[in-house]
Amino acid sequence: MFITRKAEFSASHVCRLPSLDEEANRRLFGSGANPNGHGHNYVVEVTVEGEPDPVTGMIMDLKDLKQILEEEVVEPMDHRFLNHEVQPFDRIVPTTENVAAEIWGRMEKRLRNPDARLFRVRLFETADLYVDVMRDGSST
Amino acid sequence: MRTTVTRLYRFSASHRLHISQLNEDENTRLYGKCNNPFGHGHNYVLEVTAEGPVDSQTGLAIRLSELDRLVDEQVLRLFRDRNINLDVPQFRNIVPTTENIAAVITELLQQNWATYISGAATLRRVHVQETDRNGFEVWVPSDAAKRGRQSERIKVAV
Repeated sequence: MFITRKAEFSASHVCRLPSLDEEANRRLFGSGANPNGHGHNYVVEVTVEGEPDPVTGMIMDLKDLKQILEEEVVEPMDHRFLNHEVQPFDRIVPTTENVAAEIWGRMEKRLRNPDARLFRVRLFETADLYVDVMRDGSST
Repeated sequence: MRTTVTRLYRFSASHRLHISQLNEDENTRLYGKCNNPFGHGHNYVLEVTAEGPVDSQTGLAIRLSELDRLVDEQVLRLFRDRNINLDVPQFRNIVPTTENIAAVITELLQQNWATYISGAATLRRVHVQETDRNGFEVWVPSDAAKRGRQSERIKVAV
């Protein structure tokens, strides 16, 4: 069984590689390469897999999941410029893929209970673009 | 860790559900209001999901400009603001249910994928939302996608 919790954060970013010239950056990242950056209202959905506890009827306490999301994602990323203020985006490009992978890493390290494992991180950069990061071997 | 990227596209088109093998009554029973002789329209939402390794330098699993061009040139140009029964050649002999629309779009994307997509990303899923309440989905098995085989199952979610 799966349980999904959603959170939102607003942040700015710029997608550019210093090793490439202006034209190559534009080709690769489009207007996302604008040097001064731009922002999004990101929506993140975190899905945990497990079986409901026979006594509590819960896979995990949603308050805990909300708290972890708050500490690992919303607090450090909300109203920030990702490239300048959130590691590791001082070194790697904050594409939707990389931001989703970073959120996966942060959440996974806090969700160590084998009975309530992190299954998927879905990150919407806009309503029309999202990235899923899942465990290897997962079917969906 | 696996990464997929999903992009949403929108198009409006009209269609009529009718098959010539059945008489008028049978068509009405089968397709209801969708059999209305003059057709009707929808604002369709198309979701295309690709899976691929994230390039360690660019941080991208797929170049969205390439995916956008593929979908625009090979799918949206055929369907956008068209009468699907009359204007889209793929539907000359098949009924444009959303199941068939999703299957045809999957085929169009698979046939043209390698021409447009430069990286290792493969097509994994095509979802067509006909209205807020009807969605139809084709899953492409990852190994089959590499061999260019057609998708194996169609899931219908209402």
